[in-house]
Amino acid sequence: MGPCEECEQVMQEYLDRELSQAEVEKAEAHLDGCAYCRRRYTFEVSLRRYVRVATSEQMPPGLKAKLALLRTPLD
Amino acid sequence: MSEPTQEETRRLAETARDRIRFEEEALDLSDQVYRVARHLVGSREEAEDLMQETYARAFRSWQQYTPGTNLRAWLLRILTNLNIDRGRRQQRTPAMTSIDEHGDYYLYDKLEEAEGKPLDEERVVERLSQGSIVEALAHVPHDFRDVVVLVDIGEFSYADAAQILDIPIGTVMSRLHRGRRILKGELAEEVA
Repeated sequence: MGPCEECEQVMQEYLDRELSQAEVEKAEAHLDGCAYCRRRYTFEVSLRRYVRVATSEQMPPGLKAKLALLRTPLD
Repeated sequence: MSEPTQEETRRLAETARDRIRFEEEALDLSDQVYRVARHLVGSREEAEDLMQETYARAFRSWQQYTPGTNLRAWLLRILTNLNIDRGRRQQRTPAMTSIDEHGDYYLYDKLEEAEGKPLDEERVVERLSQGSIVEALAHVPHDFRDVVVLVDIGEFSYADAAQILDIPIGTVMSRLHRGRRILKGELAEEVA
């Protein structure tokens, strides 16, 4: 376990941009002074980006046309 | 039957225009909705079915949508409700192994250990294959996965995710935190 366990919860919300301005400043002040959290923060950011890329799947061809057929017919 | 009055004709035309606009906006969002749907269910086929059911329902009840609000969230709310209603989800009870009891940094530490030297934090994730991420995500139990998929893939706010799933924001936060831990725990197993 790392020395900054208490930062974990804040880190999530910080990454998700769900903190208030005051909380953001507090988190950033901590990141400035804590190499341990900073490295892991960078890791979390790139992991999340990677998850988004890895899971990004194009809609199968033809599905949009099938969905369009479900529209209410014009009178 | 009497002929519709001019006023009635005008109103009908207006409703038809609104409906067409709604349908077009919803269709424009379909690839974004699919991207989320695909990881809420187990297979591409299920995702296709769910998309069709969702759009059929959305087109039927389009007048319940409030113009100017988040249409993507509205569509996903229908989709997640259908997904739950249809009993599609083969609920897997979260195995209370130690996997999600590791800290948030478990995966990082594991990767660092495998590398044998301090990591380049931005490059290290490339050690994980894209396929392993998709598979690891599929192993996250539904309740947790729904939230992870909505926030991390769909890029919804906690508030939107809470509304889509009809659960309190606090529950979104705790499920998200735990879901991400489970995901990272699954990925760490691959590294081992």
